[in-house]
Amino acid sequence: MSTYPANYWYTKEHEWVRVEGEIGTVGITFHAQKELGDIVYVEMVKVGSRAEMGKRIGEVQSVKAVSDIFSPVSGEVLEVNAVLAEAPEILNQDPHGAGWLARIRMSTPEELGLLMTAADYEAYLAEET
Amino acid sequence: MSAAAALKRTPLYSAHRAMGARLVEFSGWEMPVFYSGILGEHDAVRTAVGLFDVSHMGEIEIRGREAFQLTDYVTTNAVARLKIGQAQYSGLLYPHGGFVDDILVHKITDDHYFLCVNASNQEKDYEHIRWVNRFDAEVEYASARYAQLAIQGPRAQATLQKLTLVDLGAIRYYHFMEGEVNGVRCRIARTGYTGEDGFEVYAPPDEAPRLWNEILEAGREFSIRPCGLGARNTLRLEAKMALYGHEIHASITPFEADLGWIVKMEKGDFLGRQALAAQLERGVRRKLIGFEMRGRGIARDGYEVYLDGAPAGWVTSGGPSPTLKKNIGLCYLPVERAQLGSTIQVLIREQFVEAVTVPTPFYKRAK
Repeated sequence: MSTYPANYWYTKEHEWVRVEGEIGTVGITFHAQKELGDIVYVEMVKVGSRAEMGKRIGEVQSVKAVSDIFSPVSGEVLEVNAVLAEAPEILNQDPHGAGWLARIRMSTPEELGLLMTAADYEAYLAEET
Repeated sequence: MSAAAALKRTPLYSAHRAMGARLVEFSGWEMPVFYSGILGEHDAVRTAVGLFDVSHMGEIEIRGREAFQLTDYVTTNAVARLKIGQAQYSGLLYPHGGFVDDILVHKITDDHYFLCVNASNQEKDYEHIRWVNRFDAEVEYASARYAQLAIQGPRAQATLQKLTLVDLGAIRYYHFMEGEVNGVRCRIARTGYTGEDGFEVYAPPDEAPRLWNEILEAGREFSIRPCGLGARNTLRLEAKMALYGHEIHASITPFEADLGWIVKMEKGDFLGRQALAAQLERGVRRKLIGFEMRGRGIARDGYEVYLDGAPAGWVTSGGPSPTLKKNIGLCYLPVERAQLGSTIQVLIREQFVEAVTVPTPFYKRAK
């Protein structure tokens, strides 16, 4: 089962980024949402904010706990997924698709080289658990 | 990895793993936080039936000629009011009036009391009771002899009745009976920590895995769900039941925690009574009160509460209420400000978010 799309990049904090041109779409992984359980609240930084790789760009809360979201890339936040404010459960249902969190215009695309491929990420998960 | 190996496990650990439970560390135990999801499990208990493994809870038995005297002296509630087969919510206090633990006292016979205590406090409670014991009574640390399963929800009785000849309808709230559940000798108490009707079954650990499966099978027609500690917490918060380490701890007295009803000052001397009398004399200064978030945000345990821009208290428990679909919480406030309908500010990650104090419990089941 190829849970993790091969064309995405992954972080150790369980975020992903999908790149189209200079735009990176960011979200949390299937593993992250499974660990968190039912997600009930999502709050992202404002559109226009500056995202820095590894710095906080928002939070998701499950019934149980709050987790920070760290940006996998640096750049300008162009859009946040407004649907999640009303329907946070989409993050559980489709974490790699409709549950995306933000779109970022990447200022430093070479940062992607610091992230993990799907194969690396799966190996990382196997090691971590 | 090595840290996980040191965690204690209940007899149902393998069953939880096999069912795909998400396991977490809870006060030294490796316990399921949820199986499929907290919201669904919460809902199952409110509308049908849920099954919890609460074998991590501790058990202490007090026996002997002066078992009553010891039990009555070490707890805040009036043990004399208990009849055989009855259970009572009570407090264990330090001499200064703060909580050692909150517990359930069951009267088995005139010279035998059975205490159910919090997992995280069990060794401490046992040492405390032994330290207090100047009576002709024996204190046994009995946790290893009991597994505990909680069957909770409006269909709890219908589920459990399929497995026992004991007439469960005859067990009133906060009463218990000894009897067989599918051939296993158990203590069946009509108690719980969810705000719903239900039972807590104390069983021999060896038999727990079989019992667990049989209860799930018996409840299948009611769509029973195995439930983890996550749902246990959202359920108890809605019902405003205290959690040790949150609403109550060594620096909180029962009067502050809105638990004056478990203190019977008139019953005679008991440990902590003097300190409580002194507190009543000078006046209780802070009080636990419930609130609902008005602004966007979820208050969590430990967040600061402000009144008119000044720090005034703290959140003891907070989170989403799956039943009410609101974000709720409990907090301590100065007693003169702990009035219903007051606006408070919760400091959520460096931002003030408005909340309003509301009556509790947040949820009360229709009888």
